[in-house]
Amino acid sequence: MVYCLIILLFAVGLYGVVSQRNVIKVVISLVIMEHALNLLLVVLGYGKGGAAPIRVPGESPAALASRAVDPFPQAMVLTAIVIGLGVTVLMVAIALRLYQRYGTYDIAEMRRLRG
Amino acid sequence: MADLNLLPLAVAIPLAAAFLVPLVPKKSRALANAIALLASVGLAAVVLYLLGRSGSYAVGGWKAPVGIELRLDGLSWLMLAVVAGVSLCIVLYATRYMDHYTARGKFYALFFLMIAGMCGVVITGDLFNMYVFLEIAAIASYALVAFGCEAEELEASFKYAVLGSIASSFVLLALALLYGRFGTVNLTQLAGKIGSASEGAKPLITFAKVLLFVGFGLKAALVPFHAWLPDAHPSAPAPVSAMLSGLLIKTIGVYALVRLAFTVFGLTAGDKVSVALMTLAALSILAGNVLALAQWDFKRLLAYSSIAQIGYVVLGIGLATPLGVAAGLFHLVNHSVFKSLLFLNAGAVEQATGTRRLDEMGGLRERMPVTGATSMVASMSIAGVPPFSGFFSKLLVIVACVQATSVGPIRYVFALVAVVGSVITLAYLLKVQRHGFFGKLRDKWRDVREAPFMMSSAMVLLAVACLALSLLWLPGVRELILDPARKVLVP
Repeated sequence: MVYCLIILLFAVGLYGVVSQRNVIKVVISLVIMEHALNLLLVVLGYGKGGAAPIRVPGESPAALASRAVDPFPQAMVLTAIVIGLGVTVLMVAIALRLYQRYGTYDIAEMRRLRG
Repeated sequence: MADLNLLPLAVAIPLAAAFLVPLVPKKSRALANAIALLASVGLAAVVLYLLGRSGSYAVGGWKAPVGIELRLDGLSWLMLAVVAGVSLCIVLYATRYMDHYTARGKFYALFFLMIAGMCGVVITGDLFNMYVFLEIAAIASYALVAFGCEAEELEASFKYAVLGSIASSFVLLALALLYGRFGTVNLTQLAGKIGSASEGAKPLITFAKVLLFVGFGLKAALVPFHAWLPDAHPSAPAPVSAMLSGLLIKTIGVYALVRLAFTVFGLTAGDKVSVALMTLAALSILAGNVLALAQWDFKRLLAYSSIAQIGYVVLGIGLATPLGVAAGLFHLVNHSVFKSLLFLNAGAVEQATGTRRLDEMGGLRERMPVTGATSMVASMSIAGVPPFSGFFSKLLVIVACVQATSVGPIRYVFALVAVVGSVITLAYLLKVQRHGFFGKLRDKWRDVREAPFMMSSAMVLLAVACLALSLLWLPGVRELILDPARKVLVP
């Protein structure tokens, strides 16, 4: 079920990046794509009814692994979110500068480069 | 391993420089330049110290599956050496070139972040860190392309950032799928688990392969994925163009692609992936060269030429025969030297005359003898004229193509494309020389001055390297540098 949502989100994002002409909407589509992936990473580590991966004293690693969720994808997803934030901020900044230069957000009208 | 204790410095030195330089007050240019040069020299020294060593280093003493693992082998060392050597020359050049930009601190910060990212990609031992370092290098490069904040630069940077982010998403998706199935992102462990994977896991592995292929193909600008490169590379300031074309597409594109294809997915000669790689490479050679021929903008011409030359590198490595891989790596090293040199030449000309149009130049050799001579060396090298390094690597790629019997008769097509490609390369570089540096000096360029000493010396250093790198194939030198790198991929 969640996997279907992820595929849908990713597809919506990818479609948006390809089809949208507004610079800001392109950025938003990229963000949707990123979040689909973040969701996928979290879901991968989740086991049904899993507890927070905190080891109580005396518990063996194997026993912990059997009752807790996998903490590793959570660490990865935090990093991925921060990276996504960096990209988004940079792209919004470029989009604003583009608006100052061209007076439009429409990528079809930004055509100084060709050849 | 005790003797690898200096390995993390390859990332730490540029990272430290990236955060130190912006702290320097704006007025003390000399101090900022000194820090930048010192960091580059330091990086080069660390890389020299690491020559011939190999093994893995556990960051903070945490062993591989839990902690962060850095790995060094012949291939990573070769890439590290290329990054350190070329970036040292480029920093030398940038100390004077960046004089007419205001934000020197910010430039160096982004520049060194990019170097740190590239070094990280090369020495990391797991897929997730590779993704993180790749993003560090990529984000810094998006910002550097937009550095001048002119309309064209912003447009190019936006295009580059969108395609780059899509590529990164594909890489991350592949990573998530592989982790979900195999429970590890460590390259060595992943390779073992994929090697012994059951029949049911095959479709997933193929899907991940395709995603990684597209992702890193976009970063390496192989032909159907190349649209961003001819905009992004020429728009940036000259030292950045040199970094992007000379190093970035190779480390985060070709190196990552090759490392995963060979080490993790076990690419062998005659494999479908290998044929796919070579087909794209042949397309890149043709398309890049033909499009370069039609260009009148000096830097744009060079950018298209980069697509073609990356084609040679991938063609050689994609053969997956010992000779092919060695020739591909040899061409990779050569290309990073002569393409950076040509971009620096273009920058020197642009700074002196204010134009990048070849049809407006002419006779500049008289006024700019150093730039003229070094660009001549680089052009001859890239076009494959004998005593220069490019000749040997291209010849070896072609010979390797013909000898690769496991590929089937299509290998003759690839060899033919490579030969035709190098003829076209010669044609457009003669165009550069003919219109830019030879011919009659125009009146308006009478007062053009040669580039300052620091810039000229950087260009001379790279030109000497163009000649000296021919020696890499000599027995004795080859065993020291190219062979260990080749053995990592093909025994």
